Amino acid sequence: MKTRPNYLAGIGAFIWLAIVAVPLYVMLSATFQTRAEFGDNGPLSLPTSFTLQNYVDAVTSGFGRYFLNTIIVTVGVVGLVLLLVPPLSYAIVRSQSRAASAIFRLFLLGLAIPAQAVIVPVFYLINTVGLYDNLLGVILPTAAFALPICTIILSGTMRDITPELYEAMAMDGATPAKSFLRLVLPLSKGGLSTIAVFSALQAWNGFLFPLILTQSESTRVVTLGLFNFQTQFGINIPGLLAAVTLSMVPVLLVYLFARRALVQGLMGAGGK
Amino acid sequence: MTTTLAQRRRPAHPGGPAKGRPAGRGGSNVGRPGFVWALPASIFFALFALVPLLAVAVLSFTTWSGLGDPKFVGLKNWEALFADPVMLQSLWLSLLFIVLGIVTQTPLSILLGVWAAGNQKNRAILSAVYFVPLLLSSAAISVLWRALLDPNFGIPGQMSWLFGDGNILGTQTGAIAVLIFVGMWQFTPFHTLIYQGAARQIPPVLYQAASIDGAGTVRQFFSITLPQLKNSIITSVILMVVGGLTTFETVLILTNGGPGTGTTITAFHMYQEAFRRFDFGTGSAIALVLVVISTAISFAVVRLSGYDKMRSSLEGL
Repeated sequence: MKTRPNYLAGIGAFIWLAIVAVPLYVMLSATFQTRAEFGDNGPLSLPTSFTLQNYVDAVTSGFGRYFLNTIIVTVGVVGLVLLLVPPLSYAIVRSQSRAASAIFRLFLLGLAIPAQAVIVPVFYLINTVGLYDNLLGVILPTAAFALPICTIILSGTMRDITPELYEAMAMDGATPAKSFLRLVLPLSKGGLSTIAVFSALQAWNGFLFPLILTQSESTRVVTLGLFNFQTQFGINIPGLLAAVTLSMVPVLLVYLFARRALVQGLMGAGGK
Repeated sequence: MTTTLAQRRRPAHPGGPAKGRPAGRGGSNVGRPGFVWALPASIFFALFALVPLLAVAVLSFTTWSGLGDPKFVGLKNWEALFADPVMLQSLWLSLLFIVLGIVTQTPLSILLGVWAAGNQKNRAILSAVYFVPLLLSSAAISVLWRALLDPNFGIPGQMSWLFGDGNILGTQTGAIAVLIFVGMWQFTPFHTLIYQGAARQIPPVLYQAASIDGAGTVRQFFSITLPQLKNSIITSVILMVVGGLTTFETVLILTNGGPGTGTTITAFHMYQEAFRRFDFGTGSAIALVLVVISTAISFAVVRLSGYDKMRSSLEGL
């Protein structure tokens, strides 16, 4: 409702826009230039030619495979999250047992556990069960670390379902399972899409678990591929930036079409 | 047609609600899910987060190189850790990173968040651009900035009046400055989002009253907006502390802990001990230090600010 212009914040906002946008522009423009041209003209100049060779290089240097791996990890993580979180949130919101509220507090506590803190035991565990260098070994801990935030988001959505609806279902003799399938899931679509998008983002951008739990080229995910590409071909900056750009495209597409779900998920992460 | 429907529906409630429901049991308990519904997710989470948290404490008293089984060695790792100059330095560096992160990101994100909370159309469009770095992986962001700051092909080479010889990452001060800047680039949007949400919750009536009293924009910002954002500032600062302590990818990719050990912060030191020197016992001890410090700082921030005693930020309304 403030209508008074705030010049200081306005100027700050435009400076920050430049700081955010210029690197992204440099990145894009570099990917469409040849290495020679980029080297001669420098990063801040306007491109004079146009080539897609850098993207071809990026894909043929292994990123096709890395993308497939990242997609497998992402689908696995989202699948697990969608399988585990709804029943948990349902129990948290509707169960009257003390255990359920204790579990909710445990998940709140779990928000504060950084992945770095447990990476050594997780490495030990994954090794022991023989999942080292296997994408399933990346999926399991990544999904586990997405659970606390997703649970908080989804139980928030489920709390908004009015108790009268549950009672009406119960009056009709519905079992908890029936209420869950007929009432809770259909009315939680917003929350479900938020946790799907949010856990997908976590999985897509994940770095630490793949770094520690995989080693071979056949299980390499995109983020590790970028790191690897940089250490090996760091001098080919347009090629490197083409790979970076490719890694961003799916996320930006999701941002375009599911912005609300994404921002809500991020707010859930911050607004605890 | 209507009669058939009515006839069909009737048998669905034979005898009404009185039947089959024992007297004395609260009707609201019927149809509620049991605790079993929470079990699969809880077991899964315990296996990968809670049990490892206990295991890391146990492992910190063992020596293990990744092969065979861990061997109990008592306090040896801990004694070595407190005598390790890199460890002590890493704690100072982590503290420096956290403080610099808070000092640079908080004023900026409050300013941007309050600004973005306005209803103007152009602000919505700009906000959409602001949030882009938030969507990118730390790996992609680090690789991007490493390329942009390349001494030969990057921006510093073109702007030697500002960057000298262009090898910014070659000095400790330069490397720290880059990491702080990249952290700012990456995380300011997130904290902006927190403040934007909170600023929208501030009741407009407060500003209207202040305007009537003749308070200008700046005065309103310091007397209304900032105090009303107190809870968000606490949340945001806690997240910065925890995030700063666990910063890892940016250090690995941008500086690899260097030059020398100039940017080896504690989380990176843990990675090096465990996964480069294969000293998992020491790595676990460092991991435990990280957990203890981040929990302690979060508690301290909550306590010192009186956050735990404060019920409502809208007192007096």
